[in-house]
Amino acid sequence: MDKNRTARIVGATVLSGVFVAAALTGCSSTPSDNNAGSTEYTLWDPYPDRDASSDWAKAIDACASDIGITIKRNAGNTGDTVKDLTTAAAGKLPDIAMVDNPKVSTLADAGLLTTTDDNGLDVSDIQENILTAGQIDGKTYGVPVGANTLGLYYNPAVLEAAGVDIASVTDGASLTAALEKVVASGKKGITFSAVGTEEGSFQFLPWFWGAGADLTALDSSEATSALTLWTDWVKNGLAPQSVLQNTQGTSWDEFKTGEFGFAENGSWFKADADAAGYQVIQIPGEDGKAAPAPTGGEFITIPIQKDTSRYATSVKIVKCLTEGNTGADSLGYIAPTAEGQKAQLASDPSLEFWVTAVGDAKPRTADNLGIKYGTISEQLYTAVQNALSGGSSPADALATAQKAVDEKLG
Amino acid sequence: MTAMQTVPRAAADGGTGGSRGVAPANGATRPGEREARRRAQRIRQQLVAWGFIAPVAIYMVVFYAYPLFRNLDLSFRDYTLASFITGEAPLVGIANYLEVFRSPTFWPALGNTAVFTLGSIVVQFALGLALAVFFYRRFPLSTTLRALFLVPWLLPLLVSASIWAWMLNSDSGVVNAALAVFGIPQVNWLTSPQTSMLGVLIANIWIGIPFNLVIMYSGLQNIPDEVYEASSLDGANGWQTFWRITFPMLRPVSAITLLLGLIYTLKVFDIIWIMTRGGPGDSSTTFAIWSYRLGFGGGSPDLSPAAAVGNLLIVIAFVFGIIYIRTQRTTEDAS
Repeated sequence: MDKNRTARIVGATVLSGVFVAAALTGCSSTPSDNNAGSTEYTLWDPYPDRDASSDWAKAIDACASDIGITIKRNAGNTGDTVKDLTTAAAGKLPDIAMVDNPKVSTLADAGLLTTTDDNGLDVSDIQENILTAGQIDGKTYGVPVGANTLGLYYNPAVLEAAGVDIASVTDGASLTAALEKVVASGKKGITFSAVGTEEGSFQFLPWFWGAGADLTALDSSEATSALTLWTDWVKNGLAPQSVLQNTQGTSWDEFKTGEFGFAENGSWFKADADAAGYQVIQIPGEDGKAAPAPTGGEFITIPIQKDTSRYATSVKIVKCLTEGNTGADSLGYIAPTAEGQKAQLASDPSLEFWVTAVGDAKPRTADNLGIKYGTISEQLYTAVQNALSGGSSPADALATAQKAVDEKLG
Repeated sequence: MTAMQTVPRAAADGGTGGSRGVAPANGATRPGEREARRRAQRIRQQLVAWGFIAPVAIYMVVFYAYPLFRNLDLSFRDYTLASFITGEAPLVGIANYLEVFRSPTFWPALGNTAVFTLGSIVVQFALGLALAVFFYRRFPLSTTLRALFLVPWLLPLLVSASIWAWMLNSDSGVVNAALAVFGIPQVNWLTSPQTSMLGVLIANIWIGIPFNLVIMYSGLQNIPDEVYEASSLDGANGWQTFWRITFPMLRPVSAITLLLGLIYTLKVFDIIWIMTRGGPGDSSTTFAIWSYRLGFGGGSPDLSPAAAVGNLLIVIAFVFGIIYIRTQRTTEDAS
């Protein structure tokens, strides 16, 4: 029996030796700096739905042939920051990575991205207010490929039947009055998305900022008045219960039933709205002026490379994709540069409204919030959900939210 | 181990006997050599044995032990996004667990997990058993009907959950439309903190019934007919037959069904996420949802607390697993 035990130990040792060896080789197999000096550049984007025949892929190919390199596009990698980073940890950062704008600061904070100081990218032609999403502590980590934002769509047929003059809608109170008229006429008031995810915060921000509130103080009286506006709409039947679950897509589906007077939604539905005869105005703020809406859209970033000589070409790629209107057009965005916007307006004057709206818009991570935005936004959409569902009053919900933010960031 | 060794040893002895035709003459003079040979033989056998175990052992280590260990490790560190790059995550002891326990979400989430799990398995089990007994008596179309009851099980969860979310929609859902016929006012199934848990429970129970039905039905078929015959001779009525014969004799099957149901329901994520995303607020947030929210939901991933919540779930499932094994043992001892 003793001998058997010795033998068993030998066997176990050999076996575990194999494990350790396998584990070690697994760890040590760091990918070689594969493309040093190569003219193949890698680009990650989060658009798996745009295949090789899409305008976007063609825009990339056009840039590649202009610069005289090849660009290997990998779609679908940058949809999830955490996943990106795990992949990146294997040592294979792409030359160019396109990242949803609120996540730029997260990646920058993790030390993944080069600044314009490192790579020499000139950002002077990029529209200031969109660019700030990529700026932290005065450093710029990327440029927007384009931007979209939110507006207040309305159905002229419904408003006319209800006797609402759209010119009268200038602030929260006049909009509420308009909604009441629409509901009195037998139609439904307004649809939006107050879902318990980032989308919910995105949709609430125009009203929040429009009331004069600031993301650094969720429990301010301005914030409470904005949330009370939304809560009362749901409570009084001016907005349906479904807003609590709506994504922006399902909210648009509701609007397209033709039953609703108003819908808060994005510039990406412009073509759909034009076809259906819907009109759009900027979301009214409390001061009677247009409220700043948050900007959406991806940033083009240049992740850190071992071979720093690659930055020069990467910068050319970024320039090529952002300078004119081809990149923005192919993705359905408003161009980030004045020149690009001019070209877009020349080919489609009806974009005028959205160019103005993007000019008035504000990135979510602005005011140097950076990575704090993620934490704040999570509490903000939770507060919206709690108030709209009747779980707590707007003031209580926001007070709880601010307390949670303080605890997390404190 | 003994069983494995017997066969190769017998074969090996036969082999050595044959090769050493002249051995008896020298054998007595060199016992050391023979001993050494035997040892080599034994080690070789052991290596072969380990070789056979290796595939399953490697599989277990790579797919079970290592991930579990990593999850534990993660929960005792402060793992941030930067850790992916630097590879550094300082050990923080039980700080993540303390954070989880102190979180205002902890008690609601624990309560919700308990309500969701117990509510689901009790109702699923009761309805599954009732249906199994119902279908046990064969009648025309019973097989077809029984097959139809399996449909919820065959549907992808994404489909079932989305359809339930539409049906329970406050304004335009078919459920509220049906209730309105009876004059019941609009119920905000998924958008009110009071009813959102009920909404996801209903959907989850519907999905879980077929599983209980199938297992209990096969359990019923293992009860010998003679017992029923004897009880009917003794004049037992239907109710007595069920409580005195069917139910007690289904005990082992019931126990495993409940345990599997428990473990399955504890980790339910997709249904709740699709229907309510754990909301409004925390009103339908279970541990599984909370763990996901912490790790991937918000803008700032709290990977380590998320791992801690995941481990709590594992512990809960483990405790019930132990309880199951212990009761199993006592019933075996008793019989």
